[in-house]
Amino acid sequence: MNLLHELKESVLIAWSALRTNKMRSMLTALGIIIGIVTVTLMGSAIAGLNTEFRRMVAGIGADNLYVQRFAWFAGEEPWRQARNRRELTLRDAREVERLSSFAVAVGAEANGNGTVSYQRKQAKGVWVAANTENSATIRGLSLSAGRWLSESDVQSARPVCVIGSYLVERFFPYGGAVGSRIKLNDMPFEVIGVLEKQGSSFGNNPDDQIVIPVTRFTREFTRWPDVSIVVKIRNLQELDDAKEELRGILRKIRRVAPGEKDDFAINQQDALISFFNVIGGSIAAVGLFITGLSLFVGGIGIMNIMFVSVAERTREIGIRKAIGAKRRTILVQFLVEAATITLGAGILGLLIAWPITLVIDHYMAASMPWWLVGIALAVSVLTGVVSGFLPAWRAARMDPVEALRSE
Amino acid sequence: MSLIQIHDLTRRYVMGTETVHALRGVSLSIERGEYLAIMGPSGSGKSTLMNLLGCLDTPSSGYYELNGVNVAHMDDNSLAEIRNREIGFVFQSFNLLPRSDSLHNVELPLIYSGVSASERREKAMQALVNVGLGERTHHKPNELSGGQRQRVAIARALVNNPSIVLADEPTGNLDSRTGEEILGLFETLSRRGNTIIVVTHEEDVAQHARRIIRIRDGLVAADEINPNPRAALRMQEAVK
Repeated sequence: MNLLHELKESVLIAWSALRTNKMRSMLTALGIIIGIVTVTLMGSAIAGLNTEFRRMVAGIGADNLYVQRFAWFAGEEPWRQARNRRELTLRDAREVERLSSFAVAVGAEANGNGTVSYQRKQAKGVWVAANTENSATIRGLSLSAGRWLSESDVQSARPVCVIGSYLVERFFPYGGAVGSRIKLNDMPFEVIGVLEKQGSSFGNNPDDQIVIPVTRFTREFTRWPDVSIVVKIRNLQELDDAKEELRGILRKIRRVAPGEKDDFAINQQDALISFFNVIGGSIAAVGLFITGLSLFVGGIGIMNIMFVSVAERTREIGIRKAIGAKRRTILVQFLVEAATITLGAGILGLLIAWPITLVIDHYMAASMPWWLVGIALAVSVLTGVVSGFLPAWRAARMDPVEALRSE
Repeated sequence: MSLIQIHDLTRRYVMGTETVHALRGVSLSIERGEYLAIMGPSGSGKSTLMNLLGCLDTPSSGYYELNGVNVAHMDDNSLAEIRNREIGFVFQSFNLLPRSDSLHNVELPLIYSGVSASERREKAMQALVNVGLGERTHHKPNELSGGQRQRVAIARALVNNPSIVLADEPTGNLDSRTGEEILGLFETLSRRGNTIIVVTHEEDVAQHARRIIRIRDGLVAADEINPNPRAALRMQEAVK
């Protein structure tokens, strides 16, 4: 009797056994259902986080180097030292652009928040992105209307702006954004371009942004003319060389004496990714471990009920053995029974978790990709097989004479 | 060559500090086509002998050859195969699977020997018709009378064409009239060439067999030919 045949028969037997004990099977399955729901939700939250993070990081660009006063992940102590460093200025950026051989574009950026208003409508907490003429290339942005900041816009610190699609929908639902005058923190700006819609990530909506010349920003919005210098390099393979060159240039233009430490930091996407991998990895491990415990408890329930089932059906096992069932056949029969409960529970769990994921997705990133569904089902079957093994083994090893004698 | 050849078969059970000698050395040979009764009071060792003959248990010592194969020291799985192929059991309490209908109960041995579904169905159907239950294929055991249940069990015992039908007190749970019917069925089977071994403590039942072996204290006390076996009620002929 081959295994496939055996499995088919076992599924039929399991099905009829479970139908006979509907209530009991349901209650036992409940533990697994809860386990699968929690594990799946944890999984989909982690999956969502990953996707969102990748999207966000893609915006930073692997081939962009960020020269800033602070290193991204340096810890608190270096940050205190870095606080007293001299600002990076637009002039530094221009110098870098002139001297660098690896860079294809050098921009300066600063960020802030502001209130945008047009006629009687107002949007608070809008992301103010202070950019230069080549920031669109560096940031990988494209326009759906109008034009980007020009070199002279930046040089003369003109009150012009490029706005995100969210602001356009808000203020100009009937079109006519380009050429209109809006106000940013009560100062007038002329809209010269509109960004293409990007969609939100990490509770951060890039469509809710207003881009203005970095010069205007440092003049009007902050007393601290500090910028980030963004260097887009020609070729990712030259990243290390480019970084070294950039360091030399900056030390030169900022007149850092030989032997002294850099008074700036060069940041890149890598750092962010490795940081995220560490943090994300530990969140995933802890989260899945804790939620996995509920699955474990469910598994114990399955084991318990399978022991009961084997004890109740001792006579049936005796009959089957007398008629010619081998150990393996009996083992498979009970393993399949346990796996049927847990697989059913897994499917129910997914059916419950799926709409919850959709709801969560409204508030934070969450998704249920196919691989997660596959893993959840595999885990449910595995739970059944693992927790059913001991009871099934006991059944398989029963002495037929003893088993037939039982009531 | 005899169908069953046993020589000096013993079986001991260790219960705590005590050793019980259930069989103390039984030798027998049984030919193909015999209708045999094994008799003995309870505690005589006849059940132990039946378990050994049925390959449900293995002897402590001795030799047992069934259909040319020494089965005395086989492992669990090989014994399961032998039981499946060579032996059809009929039990006192029928031992049908309660949740399965007659047809599925009869199919069971064929499932374990890996017969294809369509062939299985056909053979099981035929076996049920042969015991006069062609109309009861989709009834579950609790929808059948005692006699009918035992006939389902007999159909199950026969479906795989075993060398022996081994019946343990087959009439013990039946009223006397139904019991007669079942014994009549055995007679018919015997006439068709099946080898039948009935284990019983009832003289009446044993008298239907053509050979009677009496077991006492774990030994063969008598092995006699029954000169005029009792015929079961002729009404049985109504059932094919």
